[in-house]
Amino acid sequence: MPRSNAPTTEAGHQPDALQAGHQPDALQAGHQPDARTSITSPATPVVSGHRRPVQVRLHGRGGQGVVTAAELLAVAAFHGARYAQAFPSFGSERSGAPVAAFCRISDTPIRTRAPVLNPDILVVQDATLVHQVDLFNGLGETGLMLINTSRSPDQLGLESIVTRLKPGRVITVAATELALTHLGRPLPGAALLGALAAASDAIGIDALTTALSERFSGSVGAGNVAAALAAYQNVSIEIEEAPARAARN
Amino acid sequence: VLQEIEGSKAVAEAVAACRPQVVCAYPITPQTHIVEAIGVLTKSGRLIGCQFMNVESEFAAMSVAIGASAGGARAYTATASQGLLFMIEAVYNAAGLGLPIVMTLANRAIGAPINIWNDHSDAMAVRDAGWVQLFAQSNQEAVDLHVQAFRLAEALSLPVMVCMDGYILTHAIEPIDVPSQEQVDAFVPPFSPRQLLDPQEPVSIGAMVGPDAFTEVRYLGHAKQLQALDKIPETAAVFAEIFGRRSGGLVSPYRTDDADIIVVAMGSILGTIEDVVDRQRDLGRRVGVLGITTFRPFPLQAVGQALGSHARIVVIEKAFSTGFGGILTTDVAMAMAGDCSRLSTVVAGLGGRPVTEESLAAVLDDAVHGRLEPLQFLDLNLPLVEGELARMLGTQRSGPHAENILRDLGTAASGAL
Repeated sequence: MPRSNAPTTEAGHQPDALQAGHQPDALQAGHQPDARTSITSPATPVVSGHRRPVQVRLHGRGGQGVVTAAELLAVAAFHGARYAQAFPSFGSERSGAPVAAFCRISDTPIRTRAPVLNPDILVVQDATLVHQVDLFNGLGETGLMLINTSRSPDQLGLESIVTRLKPGRVITVAATELALTHLGRPLPGAALLGALAAASDAIGIDALTTALSERFSGSVGAGNVAAALAAYQNVSIEIEEAPARAARN
Repeated sequence: VLQEIEGSKAVAEAVAACRPQVVCAYPITPQTHIVEAIGVLTKSGRLIGCQFMNVESEFAAMSVAIGASAGGARAYTATASQGLLFMIEAVYNAAGLGLPIVMTLANRAIGAPINIWNDHSDAMAVRDAGWVQLFAQSNQEAVDLHVQAFRLAEALSLPVMVCMDGYILTHAIEPIDVPSQEQVDAFVPPFSPRQLLDPQEPVSIGAMVGPDAFTEVRYLGHAKQLQALDKIPETAAVFAEIFGRRSGGLVSPYRTDDADIIVVAMGSILGTIEDVVDRQRDLGRRVGVLGITTFRPFPLQAVGQALGSHARIVVIEKAFSTGFGGILTTDVAMAMAGDCSRLSTVVAGLGGRPVTEESLAAVLDDAVHGRLEPLQFLDLNLPLVEGELARMLGTQRSGPHAENILRDLGTAASGAL
């Protein structure tokens, strides 16, 4: 397995880090006693976690649940005792139009409201965007890209991005197929987040399934959880086998 | 309870905990999620004793709020942008009558050109209407300011507008401590109106006032705003006792004490600026930022004190007065006793243009090296503007600006990414 998952908390519980005193900036006691001052953040951020802050940009089309996926990612990170901020980049809300959403995850409070210009992780919910939108803008060589497709990166014409990133950093996920199998609807968000949980330490799979179950009830919740778990397993196996495959080639 | 929740939903929860008795709603982006969520809380029976009224326009929304408040009900509504302009006559009336209505303004640009994204043009358009105007830096503060707004409004018998940046806050998911009913009940006392339309004791509210007394009635509105300069920090102090966190107040200084350069701004941009300030400090630059939480009444004294007598001041504004320049800047200049020689305005984030850390750092670089103009527009695409100006010189029928500019950009219709 690529990583051990952070312990999740029960719904409604405060995440561990928050209980340990790492409260959001609004909850900090502050350092300026004057009642006329407003919320202040500590001058020096409290750094205690060993996990790096993560910035995620999600791309898709209106109606595919891009904004919801960013929210679920933030909620899963919250359940994993981390600070998280998610927000959409709204265009006029038209079905099918390109949509982007952002998520920041950190062990310290998040203050910035700027859009994510240099993502650590890029999630592409719709492969037809690849040659339409400047998807890879700001994605560095250590970046990670998860793309919803049942084809290979080469078949999508992604050779340039594959060579730009370090080996194994472009991960294809047949998220629409997984969603159709488990959910009965072509909504790829949960599966892509499951893959993200396998490929990075941004969120744990247990925290993700908790977030999905809270957000969606009944069979929709169960279907989303199943799609996320299936993608998580597929990608975990892919990552485990990657060194052996590289050795063969 | 700390939750990972959308700003709009958290504000709806906080407003509901304040036990409003009349909520009037007309949908306009980006305010809609708030009143939708309050509607759900009313319908589900969680918010009891509240009449949720769908009205046919923003003008009706504020008119209903005025009637409800005059009838002794705690009244709340929310709007944005053109919605605020459409209700503006009633907005002035609510303040002139001294009715303690609370309204959320989910800040959004004003057309034309039509634009649904965030800036502060709407709040600035009603700057002089007589409402208390509070600006939230984060969603936690937006939530807390709403709770404070009801107490403040009713203590002063003045309407209070809580300004929160559209999309940037209303649609952001983040950790928010949503206040409990018990805490809010301990903080917001039952509404005891200063004036009441009561059939048992008939009075009229809204008399016509001629030249003999108009100045005096208007002066009273000003006097109450000045009282708010004391009441707002008092309210924030009591809030801190009950809720265990500090929110609201007049101003919010960050690393300003020894600063050579102080940025002044309002709303959600402050968090981004604070990050940039920390990085500049790491470079050894003495930079700070002053957040204006209370814009009306304008805290001249608190701002003047925080800005000191030597620092270079850069006001970053999400609105401007066409043909003049900064709006907040003129107030800041008054707080600096008119010392404009060390004051610059940077207009930023209009119509939802992202304000990046890189651009803010460049502004501070320019400030450090004395390169800031008195008025500049952040990330302005000057060649694009010059192209259109040249087109206008070339021919009388040069056509509409918006369409020309979009064509030059190669954009069929505006949209993000």
